[in-house]
Amino acid sequence: MSAHARPGGFDTRVQAALADPLLKLAIDRTTGTARTKRAAAVAAWPGFAAGRDLGRDIKDHVIDNLGHYLVEFERNALASGAKIHWARTGQEACDIVVAICRDAGARTVTRAKSMLGEEIGLPHALEVAGIERVETDLAEHIIQLAGDPPSHIVWPALHKTREQVAALFQSHHHDPGALASVEAMVASARRELRGRFLAADVGISGANFLIADTGAVCTVTNEGNAELTTTPPRVHIVTAGIEKLIPSTAHAMAMLRLLVRSATGAELTQYTTFHCGPKRPGDLDGPGEFHIVLVDGGRTRMLAEGLAEMLRCIRCSACLNHCVVYRQIGGHAYGGTYPGPMGSVLTPMLDGLAQSQDLPRACTLNGQCQEVCPVAIPLPTLLRGWRDRLWRDGLEPAPARLGLGLWRFLVLRPALYRLASGALIRMMPAFARGGWIARMPMAGGWTRHRDLPRPPSRTFIAQYRSRKPLP
Amino acid sequence: MRPSIGFAAIALLEAAGCRVEVPLDQTCCGQPALNSGDREGARRVAKRTIALLEPFEHVVVPSGSCAATIRVHYGELFDDDPAWHARADAVAGRTYELLSYLMDMRGWLPERVSLSATATYHDSCSGLRELGIEAQPRRLLARVDGLSLRPLEGSTTCCGFGGTFCVKYPAISNAIVEEKAQMIEATGADLLLGGDLGCLMNMAGKLHRRGAATRAFHAAEILAAMGGGPAIGEVE
Repeated sequence: MSAHARPGGFDTRVQAALADPLLKLAIDRTTGTARTKRAAAVAAWPGFAAGRDLGRDIKDHVIDNLGHYLVEFERNALASGAKIHWARTGQEACDIVVAICRDAGARTVTRAKSMLGEEIGLPHALEVAGIERVETDLAEHIIQLAGDPPSHIVWPALHKTREQVAALFQSHHHDPGALASVEAMVASARRELRGRFLAADVGISGANFLIADTGAVCTVTNEGNAELTTTPPRVHIVTAGIEKLIPSTAHAMAMLRLLVRSATGAELTQYTTFHCGPKRPGDLDGPGEFHIVLVDGGRTRMLAEGLAEMLRCIRCSACLNHCVVYRQIGGHAYGGTYPGPMGSVLTPMLDGLAQSQDLPRACTLNGQCQEVCPVAIPLPTLLRGWRDRLWRDGLEPAPARLGLGLWRFLVLRPALYRLASGALIRMMPAFARGGWIARMPMAGGWTRHRDLPRPPSRTFIAQYRSRKPLP
Repeated sequence: MRPSIGFAAIALLEAAGCRVEVPLDQTCCGQPALNSGDREGARRVAKRTIALLEPFEHVVVPSGSCAATIRVHYGELFDDDPAWHARADAVAGRTYELLSYLMDMRGWLPERVSLSATATYHDSCSGLRELGIEAQPRRLLARVDGLSLRPLEGSTTCCGFGGTFCVKYPAISNAIVEEKAQMIEATGADLLLGGDLGCLMNMAGKLHRRGAATRAFHAAEILAAMGGGPAIGEVE
C-alpha cells in the first residue's frame, strides 16, 4: 500500500483539486517553467534524439541482464567497504533501515529527497520507530512542515505557492525574519537546517544511479543537501530500487544528459555526486558506515507482467509536466506515491489495480508523455495494458460495460447499426435549440460542461445512398 | 454527426484523381473498444473492418484517430494470430488519413479555392503523434485564397476529448478544454479548424457554451470549398 493513501475516492480528490485556484496557479508556475526550459534544452542539443535512443538501449540492456549487473554491483560495492542489504518488499526495506539506525543508536536522521523512500513508506516507519527525521531538501522541508506527501517527483512541494511557503516558515521557523523574497525564505530554511545537518546520527539518501562496475551510488541535487546529508553523519544509508542500475560511470553520463535536461532544462545539476564506500583511512570526512539497501518492491514482478519498459524510468518528471490531466488535478489527486503518467502506470502495480483503477482510465491517451520521455517509455501503451486488465478482471463499471456491449452489438451488424444511428439522430433534434443541444438525457457527461452540436437529419451513409444509385 | 466531412472527403479525393467508393456496410473502426480495454471486442470489430476494406487499393479516412487505429493498432491486436496479423498489416499499410494522403500520396494542392477569413488550427493528438500529421494540413490550407492562418498557442496540446475519457471524467476534461477554448479565443481567429471530428465537437461545444463566436470546421470542408456552408452547430 502507498505510504500516503489520500482520503476520499479519486473523484472526490479531483473535485477538491479542481476547486482550488491556488493549486492551479502553483502547478502552472512550476510546470510551465519546466516545459519551457526543457524545450529550450532539447532544442539546444542536436544529439537529443540519438541520446534518447542510447538511454533507452542502456536501460533495456540492464533490465535484460538485471541479475548480472546486480551481482556485479554487489561485488564492487562490497569491495569498496559498503554493506549491501536486499529487500523484497518496501516493508523489508524499512525494517532494514530502522535496524541500522537502532544499531547506530540514532535519535536523529537527515534525509535527502528520495521518491523510493516515499514509495516504501520510510518516513512513516521512522516515525513509528521513534527516530526523528529531518528532511533536508528545501521542498521536502516545506512539505514536512505542512504535513503533506510530495505532489510531484522532482518538486515535491509544487502544490504550495511561494506565498503559502512564506506563511509556513513564519509559523514554524525559529528565526524567520522578514520573508519578503524567495532568497529570504531560502536563507531562513538554511538557518533552520544547518545545525540539523551536523547533529544527525544517520543520513539517508536515495540513488539516481547504481553504477555496477564501481559499486558507486550517484545522486544529483541542486541544493547540495544530499552531500550534507551523506557526509557528516556517522552512518550513510542508501535506499534504491534495483532498476537504478547502469553498467558504468560512462553510462551514467549518458543518462545524466537526458535526466537533467528533461527534468529542469539545465545541462547538469549543481551537484552530481558519486558516493563510493565509507570513509577510508586518511579521508578527511565521510561516513564510518555505508549501507546500500536494494529494493525490489514489485520490480521483478513488473518484468514478469509486461511492464519491463516502465523500469527504464529515470524519474525526470517530464511526463508529469506535459500531462494535461496532471496539470489540472495536481499530484495528490492521484492517490499514490507517483503521480502523472508514470504514476498511473506504477501505482496499480504498487497499490493494487482495484484501488487505483481510475488512474489508467483518467488519461486521454494523447501521447505527449511518450513523446517527451527521455527513455521513450510507451506510456499510453502501458496504460492501455492496465485497461485491458481492468476489463478482463471485471473491474470496468457496469454502465460502461453495458454501453460498450450495446455499441459492439450494433457495430458488428451494419443494418442494425444504420437503423439505430438513424433513429438516434432523428431523436436528438427534439432536444436542440437552434444548432445546439444544451441538455439531453444520457448525455450529461458531455452537456454538463459543453454544448453538443445538433446532428443532421440523416446520416452520411443514408445521404450517400440516396445520392448515388445503387448498383 | 457531420456528413459534410464525408462529402468533402469524396470531393477532394476525386479532385486528386481517385475513384472513390464508400463501403456502405462500414460502421466503426473499434477505437472505443480498443481504448476501453475490451480487446476481444476490438478484435471482432477489427476483423470485420479488415475484411470490408481488403478489396481496396487505398483506404482513406477523414480522421487521424480512426486512421491511426487501423494503421497503428490493428496489427497489435493480432499478436497471437499470424493469419489475421498479416491481413491487418496489409490493410494498415494501405490506410491513410485524408489530409496527409492528399499531399503525401497524391501530391495534390487546392487550386482556386477561396475563403475570406482568419483561421487557427488544432493538431489532434492521434494524427500528430501516431501518424506525424503536422505540416500537411497547414500547407494545404495556406493555398486557400483569402484564408489567413493564425498560430494557436499550445496547438499540439490535447483538447481534453480523449474519446470516452470526456464522459468518464467530465470535470477533468472540462478543465482541459476550458484552457484550450481560451487559447483559441485569444487568437481572435474567425475559424477553428482541425482534422478530427471528436476533438472539433469538444472544442466547438465548449466555445459555444462560453459564448465565443469562433466557428469550427473540419479542414477538409474548407479545402473542398464548403467553408461558405454551416459550421459545426449551425443550422442550414
